[in-house]
Amino acid sequence: MLDITITRKCYPDRGGQPHVALSGLRLHAEQGEFVCVVGPSGCGKSTLLNVVGGLDRDVDGCVSGAGEAHDIGFMFQEPRLMPWLSVLDNVLLVGDCTAATRRRARELLVAMELGEVLDAFPGRLSGGMCRRVALARAFVIEPRLLLMDEPFVSLDAPTANRLRAMLIELWQRCGSTVLFVTHDLREALALADRVCFLSAAPGRVVLDLPVTLARPRLADDAGVLALHSRLLAEHPDLLAGLARPGAGEGDD
Amino acid sequence: MKGATPEAAALPAAVTQPDLRARPAWRHDERWLRFVSLLGFVVLWQVVAGLLHDASLPPPALVFSRMLAEIGSAALPWHLGVTLGRVVLSFALALAIGAAFGVALGHWRRLDLLLDGWLVLGLNIPALVTIILCYVWFGLNDVAAVVAVALNKIPTVIVVVREGARAVDRNLMQVARAYRLPRWRVLTRVYLPQLYPWLLAAARSGLSLIWKIVLVVELLGRSNGVGFQLNVFFQMFDIAGILAYTLAFAAVVLTIEAAVLRPLERRLNRWR
Repeated sequence: MLDITITRKCYPDRGGQPHVALSGLRLHAEQGEFVCVVGPSGCGKSTLLNVVGGLDRDVDGCVSGAGEAHDIGFMFQEPRLMPWLSVLDNVLLVGDCTAATRRRARELLVAMELGEVLDAFPGRLSGGMCRRVALARAFVIEPRLLLMDEPFVSLDAPTANRLRAMLIELWQRCGSTVLFVTHDLREALALADRVCFLSAAPGRVVLDLPVTLARPRLADDAGVLALHSRLLAEHPDLLAGLARPGAGEGDD
Repeated sequence: MKGATPEAAALPAAVTQPDLRARPAWRHDERWLRFVSLLGFVVLWQVVAGLLHDASLPPPALVFSRMLAEIGSAALPWHLGVTLGRVVLSFALALAIGAAFGVALGHWRRLDLLLDGWLVLGLNIPALVTIILCYVWFGLNDVAAVVAVALNKIPTVIVVVREGARAVDRNLMQVARAYRLPRWRVLTRVYLPQLYPWLLAAARSGLSLIWKIVLVVELLGRSNGVGFQLNVFFQMFDIAGILAYTLAFAAVVLTIEAAVLRPLERRLNRWR
């Protein structure tokens, strides 16, 4: 389980005025829970992940349950693969060097239909393939906690849907706690057990919504769409940043 | 020694775009072109020598036969080996120290500001001055010789590697931190691969600069090596000897470049 309390996180801004990114944020996740964090852009979603992932330690607050080495997987907005390492080596980079990890990396990549390109360099792959490699890299360590920062942004809708299905399958098999940041409400509703809404900066959780729709679900399932419009009707002010038509996936 | 300074000054500009192009299908063609160009040079030399008909420019055949004689007497291999040893030592020293400082300066802006003036000074001190001072301070020995050459090369290595260290991709370093990778793995698989093109650029330009400086060092204060031999031939106006040694050494350096540095570059860049 994961407990996040961030009293205050600020950046020294360009003008000398400190910019408060997060303030009074509390977030809790059970082990194995899939939590989506949505909020308008600039509300500190990425900052939150960086703090939880230990990339940013200059913060007033504490994170417990994030675990130690080899417990955290991280997927960024870009695939961020090492261009000089082959697909397989990119996945192995983050693992311990045991034979079991090696086998798991291969199995993961083959299951994601990357068996043909194990020895190819990332520069030769399409955007969707690179994301799949990044996803395999995140899961090869069987992380207790998986942090995802809009990992499927700027992909076409079918590719993104396929990746989401892969993510859910891997998550269900692995039992990781997932913290998934997105500005796309429909994506969040399609993936999450629970959606947490952040306010505009300084960000804090303003609504904590369990999603009980049956799995598997897609971003354009009737249930998801119904919940989406119900939320827009109930919390117009809250979702102002997310609710614009066109904020749905595939449209941006 | 005039050759060294403008080369050093022109280096940073040349190095901002390290030569990273792959050479696929026309490698054979290129090799052919290289050979023809070399042959053309020898022919030109023969023609000019024939026209001048003067002892100050012996024809190629004379120089090559002189080279063979020097090789036969074991004098050339011995002096060449000694010079090569100094080149390798000072090259390794310059590259190691220069890379370490380059990384540090590229990484810490304050340190960079602090040492930038020294660096500019180092880049602009003529090689001859460093050599003389090293001989005066450390005596006429091999340590002084190697140190002098390394000191000449270190600033240019620093400048190149610093540029590379500044260009290191923070996003990729973040991946390493997010996954808590062990230090050694971060260095060898995430950090250094980003520096390789810059280190290679420094190595290639370094080799050509260093062997020229080594000859001057030998001419001024050693009693063996190609530089020393050239000085002896100069005293005796033995032009064939001078050209024989020069060509032999240039051939060795070209071989190192073609057999070691270029394949290494191709291997390190195969992902591009």
